[in-house]
Formats: sequence, C-alpha cells, structure tokens
Amino acid sequence: MKEKIACFQKCFMSGVCAENPTFRLMLGLCPTLAVTVTAENGIGIGLAATFVLLGSNIIVSLIKDFIPAEVRIPCYILVIATFVTITKLVLQAYLPMLYSRLGLFVDIMVVNCIILGRAEAFASKNTVFMSIADALGMGIGFTLATGLIGSIREILGSGKWFGIPVIGEFFNPAIAMILPPGAFFTIAVLMALMNKMNTLKKVKTG
Amino acid sequence: MDINIARLAGIVISAVFVNNFVLSRFLGLCPFIGISKKLDVALGMGISMTFVVTMSSMLTWPIYHFVLIPHNLQYLNIITFILVIACFVQLVEVFVRKFNPVLYKALGIYLPLITCNCVVLFVTLLNAQNELSFLESTVQGFSAGVGFAMALILMTSIRERLAGAPIPEFMKGAPIAFIIAGLMSFAFLGFSGLMVE
Repeated sequence: MKEKIACFQKCFMSGVCAENPTFRLMLGLCPTLAVTVTAENGIGIGLAATFVLLGSNIIVSLIKDFIPAEVRIPCYILVIATFVTITKLVLQAYLPMLYSRLGLFVDIMVVNCIILGRAEAFASKNTVFMSIADALGMGIGFTLATGLIGSIREILGSGKWFGIPVIGEFFNPAIAMILPPGAFFTIAVLMALMNKMNTLKKVKTG
Repeated sequence: MDINIARLAGIVISAVFVNNFVLSRFLGLCPFIGISKKLDVALGMGISMTFVVTMSSMLTWPIYHFVLIPHNLQYLNIITFILVIACFVQLVEVFVRKFNPVLYKALGIYLPLITCNCVVLFVTLLNAQNELSFLESTVQGFSAGVGFAMALILMTSIRERLAGAPIPEFMKGAPIAFIIAGLMSFAFLGFSGLMVE
C-alpha cells in the first residue's frame, strides 16, 4: 500500500512539474492562449479539462484490453467526446456565465492533445489507479499554467485580479495584454524563463 | 435561394483577416509552431488543411440540418462531427494512397494529423452554432483553410530567415516562435477596422 501511495505521488507530481503539459510538453496550447483573458477563465478551462481528463483516463484504462489496436484512436476520441459533452451540458446548466465566455473552446477540448495524448501514452498502458494519479497531476499542472497566464494577462491588461483591482490608479493597463498578441508574448516570456532556469540548474548540478 | 454576395464576402474577410483562425482565435497552434520550419512542408500542410476543412464543412452541414435537428439531437454535435471528420480524413488518406502515390508521399504524415487539428472541428461547430446556410458554411470552411495556410506560410518564411539570426540560447525554438506570432497578431489587429456589416 505504501508503495502504491508513493507511486501515486510520483505520477501526480510529474504532471504538475517535470512534465507540465503546457510548459514542458507544449500540448493543448489552443485553449491555453485563447480563453486566458482573465484568471477566472483560465482556472475555469483548466478545471473543465481536468474533469474530462480524469473521466477519459479512467474509462480508457478500464477498457484498454477490449479495444483492438487498429481502431483505438477513434475509440478514445469517442470516450473523450462523451465527457466533453457532459462537461458542456453541466456548464451550460449551472455556470452559464462562464460557459458564455469560454464558448466553443469547451467543445474543442475533444481534440485537445493533452487529453488524447494521456489516453494514448499513459492510460492505455497503466492501471486505473495510476491513470487517476496521472490525470489529476496533468490536470492540475494544466490548471496552474492557465491560471498563471490568465492572472498575468488580467493584471497587466486591466489592472485587476479575479475582477478585483489590485494595482493602484497610477498604473495604466496595457490593453494589448488582453488582446490576442498579449497571449503570445506571455507564453513566449514564460517559456524563455523556463528554459533559462533549466540551463542554470544544469550548470549548478553539472 | 438568393445568394448574398456581401454576406459571403464578409465571411471570407472575417475568416482570413479579421478573425484569422490562427492569430486571433488561437486554433491549430500545434502545427503552426511545430511544422513551420520548411516552406514546402508548410505549403503541403496548408493545402491539405484547406481541402479537409472545406469538405468537412460541406459534409457536416447536411448531417446537422437533416439528421440532428429533426430529431432534437443538437447536443450530440461534438461526437457526430468528430466522427465524420475522422472518417473523412481516413477515406481521403486511402483514396490518395491508391490514386496518387506521389501526393500521398508528400502529404502522408500530415493527413492523419489534421483530424486532431482544432480548426476543422471549430469551423464545423461554428457553422452549426451560427446557423449558416450550406453555401455560407462551405465558404467559411474554405476561408478558414486559406487563413490557416496563409498564417502558416508567413510564419515559415519568417522562421527560415531567422535561422541565421543571433538569438539568445534560451529564446531559441518555441519562445521566439511565439514572439513572432505575437508580432504577426499585432499586425493582423490592424485588419479589425475592415469589418463591414
């Protein structure tokens, strides 16, 4: 049992840090950039993706032995599409404001490379237990990344954080940050910082 | 059926310039960043993309309007559309391999990749959401493909020129590609004044 918990932790942490889907694997960039105008949107899409990822990872790891290898990708896509539809209907019913802001980007999660990628690379080879750990780790890693990008863009672009003004009157918000170019610049700077930190770490240990 | 030329022109301009699917809607970023290294490859990807997205728009329209709507099954549109797209891409692959092996060799790897490109699914869902007519959907699909191809080719040309530039080590690869995309996106913002209603 102890071993299992250690394994669970390892899987979980690798999704959050070492294999962060956005910054390390560079997967699922479309929603990461498109909807992260505010921190709230970022967290929202992140949690929606986590739910879909969890559902699809569990189902895929359960049915992996019954699916013929040749048609596995369409099968995975169907499983994912089912969970995306569930998410969409739930959001429409209970959080219509959030859904109207995220819009079609919730639907687009069907072809999100993170979700399909984890089904193919992890859930189809591992047990249900490990797949849950992987889904939670990847999902939370993704949510942290979208939340971070959303926060940066919201603070610099409108001077607010979760809708509350955080910077005083003297600050003149840069509208560009909440327009499309801002998203590209934010992720470019974050990725460059990541690279820089990595090289520094290598120098230290090497 | 009357054809509204102004409306069609609006759709084209919107999809190619004002709301370019890559630069202002952030769709299809994976090939945009990953493939944009060689011009001929980008061209092949752009052409196959335009073909697939146009055909998918044409295929999903009758399914949505003659099958899903009469049975009140609109909420199944995601599952239906992705299946149609996946099957269609598979068919195209088989067909091209059989009848034009040269083209197949050139496009081989990109065709299956297109299934998982968000542009295709997004355009078909957008057509359904905005309740466009058949002709409008086709035009929107085609312009989305052209817009994607144009952005990809522009990006590739810039990155080819960039190969010899002295870029700091930590900016190489993805970060500099995103900076370029951001600058291009700024330029495309200028088109937003074009929107004619």
